Amino acid sequence: MAKLVGQPIKRVEDPRFIQGRGGYVTNITLPGMASVAIKRSPVAHARIVSIDASKAEALNGVIAVFTGKDLIDGGTGKLPCGWNVPNIKVPDRWAIQPVGDKVRHVGDAVAAVVAESPYIAQDALDLIEVQYEELPAVIGAKSAASNKTLVHDSVADNITYTWPLGDHAAVEQALAESDTVVTLDLTNQRLIPNAMETRAAVAQWNRYTEEMTLWTTSQNPHPIRLLLSAFTLGIPENKLRVISPDVGGGFGSKIFHYPEEIIVPWIARKIDRPCKWVATRSEASVTDSQGRDHVSTAKLGLKNDGTITGLFVETHADMGAYISTFAPLIPTAFYVCLLSGLYKIPSIYCNVVATMTNTVPVDAYRGAGRPEAAYLVERLMDLACRKLKMDPIAFRRHNFIKPSEFPYQTPVAMMYDSGNYDGLFDKAIASSGYHELIAKRDQARKEGKIAGVGIAGCIEASGPAPSKVAGALGSAVGFWESAVIRMHPTGKATLFTGAHSHGQGHETAFAQIISDELGIPMADVEVVHGDTGKVPFGMGTYGSRSLSVGGSAIVKAAEKVRTKMIKIAAHQLEAAVEDIVFDQSTGKAYVKGSPAKSKGTFDMTFAAYTAHNLPDGLEPGLEENSFYDPANFTFPNSCHIAYVEIDSGTGRVDLQQYCAVDDVGNVVNPMIVEGQITGGIAQGIGQALYEYGAYDSDGQPQSATFMDYAMPRADCFPMIHTDRTVTPSPHNPLGVKGAGEMGTIAATVTAANAVMDALAPMNISHLDMPLTPEKIWSAINKK
Amino acid sequence: MGQWVSITVNGKNYTREVEPRTLLASFLREDLGLTGTNIGCDSSQCGACTIHMDGMAVKSCTVLAVQAHGTVITTIEGMAVNGKLHPVQQAFWDQHGLQCGFCTPGMIMSISYMLAQHPNASELEIRHQLEGNICRCTGYQNIVKAAMQARDELHHEHHQHMQEQH
Ligand code: FES
Ligand code: FES
Repeated sequence: MAKLVGQPIKRVEDPRFIQGRGGYVTNITLPGMASVAIKRSPVAHARIVSIDASKAEALNGVIAVFTGKDLIDGGTGKLPCGWNVPNIKVPDRWAIQPVGDKVRHVGDAVAAVVAESPYIAQDALDLIEVQYEELPAVIGAKSAASNKTLVHDSVADNITYTWPLGDHAAVEQALAESDTVVTLDLTNQRLIPNAMETRAAVAQWNRYTEEMTLWTTSQNPHPIRLLLSAFTLGIPENKLRVISPDVGGGFGSKIFHYPEEIIVPWIARKIDRPCKWVATRSEASVTDSQGRDHVSTAKLGLKNDGTITGLFVETHADMGAYISTFAPLIPTAFYVCLLSGLYKIPSIYCNVVATMTNTVPVDAYRGAGRPEAAYLVERLMDLACRKLKMDPIAFRRHNFIKPSEFPYQTPVAMMYDSGNYDGLFDKAIASSGYHELIAKRDQARKEGKIAGVGIAGCIEASGPAPSKVAGALGSAVGFWESAVIRMHPTGKATLFTGAHSHGQGHETAFAQIISDELGIPMADVEVVHGDTGKVPFGMGTYGSRSLSVGGSAIVKAAEKVRTKMIKIAAHQLEAAVEDIVFDQSTGKAYVKGSPAKSKGTFDMTFAAYTAHNLPDGLEPGLEENSFYDPANFTFPNSCHIAYVEIDSGTGRVDLQQYCAVDDVGNVVNPMIVEGQITGGIAQGIGQALYEYGAYDSDGQPQSATFMDYAMPRADCFPMIHTDRTVTPSPHNPLGVKGAGEMGTIAATVTAANAVMDALAPMNISHLDMPLTPEKIWSAINKK
Repeated sequence: MGQWVSITVNGKNYTREVEPRTLLASFLREDLGLTGTNIGCDSSQCGACTIHMDGMAVKSCTVLAVQAHGTVITTIEGMAVNGKLHPVQQAFWDQHGLQCGFCTPGMIMSISYMLAQHPNASELEIRHQLEGNICRCTGYQNIVKAAMQARDELHHEHHQHMQEQH
């Protein structure tokens, strides 16, 4: 059998999706199922004075209405924070805010209705009367810190934590001794992740066994079960099964523990009927965790020859109204620790001030901290080139970490494992026809057009994380991953993986790995994920970790399966274990030198289960597991290049060419990797040119539907050209690095740099994203 | 009170009593159990709910079930014939035109209609025609490639059909 790893195998999960048989939570119907709907706050900040649900309760078909007090009295707990940075103040957060407490963002839950149908539940929401005492809204990552109004009384100055890293004095000295300093004030705007499937939950209580089953649209059902058991719902882990079946996209927003995951099972047990809740899109826009939202000031010290001497950054990060599950990780370890980019920067200091505001909580969104870092670093690099009148490529090369310098310890804690950034740029320059693009731009400019070429080189830390490191940084959990390979008597395999697929194609890629490891056809491998009732434990999928962490666990478990099969074969072939050769391409074991007499996978697995003829002391059965804790992050890196022209009459950006060269290490399925990269690029370009999760000064969301939020459409993009360099990660058995987020991380700043290059002749040095026609037109026309 | 509707869906006639406000999308999903038609928004923007009604692509979240009375509807579940995938379905598989698959049924229904209307659609025309369908996963690249593959395949089928007739 030819090796499958490295082949663009078509996805085995696709036939069900293309025929309308995706198994999403929202498709689940159970006998006797009731519908849950949530009454949400229309105001950003107010005290809940009273709730009158009598009219709703009287409506035909309404089963009950529950308030925050009902849930608290009924044993539910506060939503915990899973990443506790030093001295963080984590304010209370309930599934439903009780009367007397406050609502803190538009969309905050105040009551839940359960009814015979979704339509009746919706009708009932309108009949619930809530009296609010409105308070001024706290809006703005930076101004929140000086706002007299507090989002939470327990969080003074609205500052939940500060996170300084680096040698401040050394950076100040470096800047003082520099020939020149480039300064940049920037905003990295709020985004709404908008997975196309909205969140949903279905819960079923088994009154006989007192077991709860919760189907939820999560990227990580085991951590959700853990949080529900230990903190919020109080049903013990052994009595709670959490299933995340087919999930329609996540991009980070479905990592976190959400109130509805408490409310729905709590009601299901209370009324002893299965219950279902599905978010509307408008609801998703005000309850799904949002992304980014930084306000930063940066200073970059430079020598006249282009050498970088130091970097100072101060960032205000908006956490929103509550601390979402992993929110404190994003603007700290995932942001500050990436501020060295691809460069040797002798000293870096960054202080992060995390503030609370009356907006939807902010947490990881594809890239999660790393696009913010890449954007800041690579915008600065372009401004430095402009100031020093240096070529953007020559300047970057001058400051690159060289291949001989790996492993490279940055001044911001990260130890980069490998990379060849000159090689990466060489390939991107060739692949994109960079010099022709420059010529095209210059020609266009001669013709009076506004044209620009953008380039960026970016780094990512993916595959979280060595559990010890995560623990030291504040994590409440470990970040290993598990795999169990169950060989069936007939030689077929079932893989139970703790990673979760919500579009990533694990059923294909993981089967490719097992096929290669054990020499069995892909069709004989079943991949099971997303069910705590089946998978022993798993940390789930985010941070581009599935392959480097979860895939490594699969390789390790397969090694153990092979080892046991070899013992069985050795016994039956009457040879020493050391003399057995296991041919991974055929799944056959034979004695060295005599391949004609062999034992196939079926022979060995069947023997393991009949146990008629096993070596002394070997247990029957054939099922092996691995819990793999990564030695380090992996460090994918990329060089992206874009060409834009801008309509001078409207300010509209026409993105004409885009080329991406990424080093994601070895690749299991290049078709899937390319899909991940291009999908990620679209989201990055979305941030650069279109998307903005805006709030007005009263905290009213201005883009809470698809009418208002600029989701990129098919005609926003040209065909994207992708290419790769391969520097295998030295510390995982597959040599892979993350591929899920690199596109997003690099594309945002590449597109922004292209637009800013186009505007350079007009002496416009920086505009904040999204680079909308209005913003560009105003800048050109100095309005 | 309820109102009776009679609708042919994927070749089968269904007669049901519905609340007049029932959306066609809910009717297909809840009443008929045809959950391949997805709902991705509440403002008629995303196209995840696209179906064919009397041969036209429509967003089923924007039509009431009672308005569909007497019509002939095809949903994603009705696209494969005798186990053979429709060329657009096949192209989505071949070109890796889907990741999470949530937008996919709507995309397939939109593209199959689009190609019937514009058999020679260029890449740019395909991109413009997809204005009403949102995908968050793929960046549309492989969806557009799938549409182009299906376009060429349908041409091919058409020619073969013509030759057979002569
Ligand atoms: S659900 Fe119909 S257009 Fe979005
Ligand atoms: S494939 Fe996920 S939204 Fe299109």
